[in-house]
Amino acid sequence: MSQFICPNCEYVYDEGHGNPREGWPAGTAFADIDPDWTCPDCGVREQVDFLPIEEFEHNDQDGNIIAAETRTKGDQA
Amino acid sequence: MTIEATVDGTVIQWRDRKRYLWIIGAIVPLIPVSIWGLFSLTGSTLVWYFGPFFLFVVVPIADMIAGRDGENPPDEVLEQLEDDRYYRWVTYAFIPAQVAGFVWGAYLLGGGTLPGIDEPLSIAAKIGLALSLGMVAGIGINTAHELGHKKEEYERWFARAALAQTFYGHFFIEHNRGHHVRVATPEDPASGRLGETVWEFMPRTMWGSLTSAWELEKKRFERLKKSHWSLKNDVLNAWAFSVVLWGALMVAFGWEIFPYLVLQAIAGIWLLESVNFLEHYGMKRQKLESGRYERVNPSHSWNSNNIGTNVLLYHLQRHSDHHANPTRRYQALRDFKEAPVLPTGYAGMIVLTWVPQVWRRVMDHKVMDHYEGDLSKTNLHPRTAHKYERTYGKVAA
Repeated sequence: MSQFICPNCEYVYDEGHGNPREGWPAGTAFADIDPDWTCPDCGVREQVDFLPIEEFEHNDQDGNIIAAETRTKGDQA
Repeated sequence: MTIEATVDGTVIQWRDRKRYLWIIGAIVPLIPVSIWGLFSLTGSTLVWYFGPFFLFVVVPIADMIAGRDGENPPDEVLEQLEDDRYYRWVTYAFIPAQVAGFVWGAYLLGGGTLPGIDEPLSIAAKIGLALSLGMVAGIGINTAHELGHKKEEYERWFARAALAQTFYGHFFIEHNRGHHVRVATPEDPASGRLGETVWEFMPRTMWGSLTSAWELEKKRFERLKKSHWSLKNDVLNAWAFSVVLWGALMVAFGWEIFPYLVLQAIAGIWLLESVNFLEHYGMKRQKLESGRYERVNPSHSWNSNNIGTNVLLYHLQRHSDHHANPTRRYQALRDFKEAPVLPTGYAGMIVLTWVPQVWRRVMDHKVMDHYEGDLSKTNLHPRTAHKYERTYGKVAA
């Protein structure tokens, strides 16, 4: 079971738990969620914007993503 | 209180100079109650109108005198600042003060008397009191706005409580999942368009927000394969707060207070929607080749650093950061230097919306400058589009 993260507010969609309140029962694959479903916490990112949790470090405080790899490069520079 | 953070081995210290000013926000709901004292001293009917006077005269003047505050907390302390629970307690304290002030007002609207208020209020005094309560109601929607954006479920219930006074419970659904998604696009009912007057914006945003909230919840229940006619529907359970509050007040103080309850709710809603009108006036996100709109960025909101209104509205005027990071707590919102700025605070700007000619004179050239004279980039109101095209059309690239 994979986890996907909202790159704005860091809400995590866990396929194991789903989000029953939003209509996604436990076990709903992330790929089966409507592409225009908005993040239940911040509302400003949609399903298509979410990232696999491994690829995400944090956002840059301006709402932009800093992916794990970019962050490492930035730190080295 | 000083916050410390270590950056690259050096310790940085930062002190929030607005820390204790935020308490002013929690006292605002008691402004109508302060009229009690004013009335005892003067006996004048006019003092019942102190609420609007405070918001549209005192606050704009305070904004002009106190000036701007562009100080930002350093990125490194943001997390600590957000986690400091003091700030959220200040917002929670608003709600009991709001309910207490509202009950006090309803008692007087129902013909009650108090020491210093020996006779039941006249109709003119009651209208003034209802308008003063309405100013609190509108600021209450702003408190609900702060709370409704948070991830904690209990804070979203507090938001419903703060919206009970205005019967505007659907706001926290529409705002978070409608307005924030569509902001600064022609499809958003809650973004003011270039050339639109605040008076024609009002019915558009009120009806549009209501239907939007209802549709959002209906869609969620369709996914759940359940009927949306349920108290689990957030629109209905939020309205239930108002049914209980208004119902209890009418049982206690008489159904005759009903028209005044409606009046104060309209005043509060009108205040909130005026802010919606001006926050994104004329701003438009451009459509990308994919058919999606470009992401919201600092250029899509009007900001103000006027400290008076900012303290009253929990940094709502740092609106670009709010749209970039909707769940961020108010004390940690920052001013973006590149974001467009209004000539004064939201309170003073509302006064300008009353006369559309004045509003356009102040704002239209700012919108046009912002888009470097390209009318096609603005969120243009269809009714007045041809007029604007005649005036600005030739400049367009």
